[in-house]
Amino acid sequence: MRAYKVDVLVIGAGAAGMAAAAAAARARASVVLLERGERLGGVLEQCIHPGFGLHRYREELTGPEFAHRLRGELEASDADVLTEATVLDIHPDGPKVVVISPKGLKVFRPKAVVWAAGARERPFGALRIPGTRPAGIFTAGLAQRLLDLEGLRPARRAVILGSGDIGLIMARRLHLEGVEVAAVLEIQPFPGGLTRNVVQCLQDFGIPLFLSHTVAEVHGRKRLTGITAVRVDELWHPIPGTGRYIEADALILSVGLIPEVRPVEGFVALDPVNRGPRVNGWLQTEAPWLFAAGNCVAVFDLVDTVAELGERAGTAAARYARGELSRGRRVSLVRGENVVSLVPSYLDGAAEGARVYLRVPRPMEGVTVDLGGVVRRKIRVARPAEMIELSVNGDALAELSRRPEVTVEVRPG
Amino acid sequence: MTEVKLVCVSCPVGCELTVVLEGKEVVSVTGNRCPRGEEYARAEAVEPMRVLMTLVRVEDGRDRVVSVKTDRPIPLRLFPQAMDRVRELSVKAPVRIGTVIEKDFLSTDANLVTTRTAH
Repeated sequence: MRAYKVDVLVIGAGAAGMAAAAAAARARASVVLLERGERLGGVLEQCIHPGFGLHRYREELTGPEFAHRLRGELEASDADVLTEATVLDIHPDGPKVVVISPKGLKVFRPKAVVWAAGARERPFGALRIPGTRPAGIFTAGLAQRLLDLEGLRPARRAVILGSGDIGLIMARRLHLEGVEVAAVLEIQPFPGGLTRNVVQCLQDFGIPLFLSHTVAEVHGRKRLTGITAVRVDELWHPIPGTGRYIEADALILSVGLIPEVRPVEGFVALDPVNRGPRVNGWLQTEAPWLFAAGNCVAVFDLVDTVAELGERAGTAAARYARGELSRGRRVSLVRGENVVSLVPSYLDGAAEGARVYLRVPRPMEGVTVDLGGVVRRKIRVARPAEMIELSVNGDALAELSRRPEVTVEVRPG
Repeated sequence: MTEVKLVCVSCPVGCELTVVLEGKEVVSVTGNRCPRGEEYARAEAVEPMRVLMTLVRVEDGRDRVVSVKTDRPIPLRLFPQAMDRVRELSVKAPVRIGTVIEKDFLSTDANLVTTRTAH
């Protein structure tokens, strides 16, 4: 079979992939962007609420509007786009990428690949909740797709498990479209999402939020009829005697996102906490021809950040394809206290500067973020719902890259 | 005099604000740690304003619905009325992103605008 040669092959046409493809094309690489679905935009297309684009476009846009802008940038570039194209396999020798589409099987031999496949939702099966297995249990993203893209109402009365931003936003959307939201349950003692969303998605509509609560059991034979909500202790164990039946024909799960890594996990190292590939500041994985950007690396808060990382990966991939991406000494970034998500995994001494993204495990007041004692930032309130961004300038990077490894920590004071 | 408790959403700190009102007049704002908090409290205590995002039915199209928003915030108290009005509306496919579906929506000065192209 004939193999298509291309400088940069980008996989996934969400925010990261579209930005990567446009940036790689602007950097004079030949580019093909592959998308599994029929339309470009990824999850943005179903996120019809405002709150996107404040950093990138200096105005507040809805998800579909943000996607529309990025499609414009892509169309203005020379990148080719192939939709309804699913990657079957990525062979690291070559590299070679096997793709199936309605037009048949295609094999690409790219010089560099940008993996931008986003994240998947943690499913019901991963929660091990006792009870029956009726219809009416949806992940929040699926409910959002049904409601806001396909115009179908998935329930009459819903309970939402998880108070991350997606769960909060779905509570408001369901309420506005006439679905009664009986309760939002959160296993942690604090809300998972932004305060702004707690106020504007729940309090605005009188939707109750139960902290330190989870679902102990689901009920119903064919269709869900209700759930048992239960209070939990600090170790998330149900407290006996606190169970309460809530009638509902839908349970909506907003219980976390997991980076999609399946076709690449066999040959690149993953970060155990982020669950995406370990990358350096150029978003380059341990396979030097493979770059990764967006929520397949770690789950980010803002699409603006995802698009920026996509551009960085696309630009770097174009330079790699030309043999112009020099690599300096590789310095591992190590998690110190109070750091969960952390991107990148390596600093590269040859770069002009770096940006480090990290997340704290619980709300903390009055903290200092410290990168190897060289870069410090004081933060009044750090919350898990909001990633912390550290800028590392060239001088600081030069100093840090002389060390064997650099520790990042968040400490009181 | 009435007292309204609010959590400021202008930044991640989340100050707990207390607003004292005399009818619709703000007498005092306390609990804020910056001027943005006072500004937020003054607006929020008297008339909370929000952008409405929802769907309008599409006729004769491949898409069943098109996403819409108000192009500026409208009073939150009008949301139930706004949703009743939205359910009466429909557009014929195709409709372009940025199309005004209804001008001066509920006499709020805001327009109801499509946020995607529907076919």
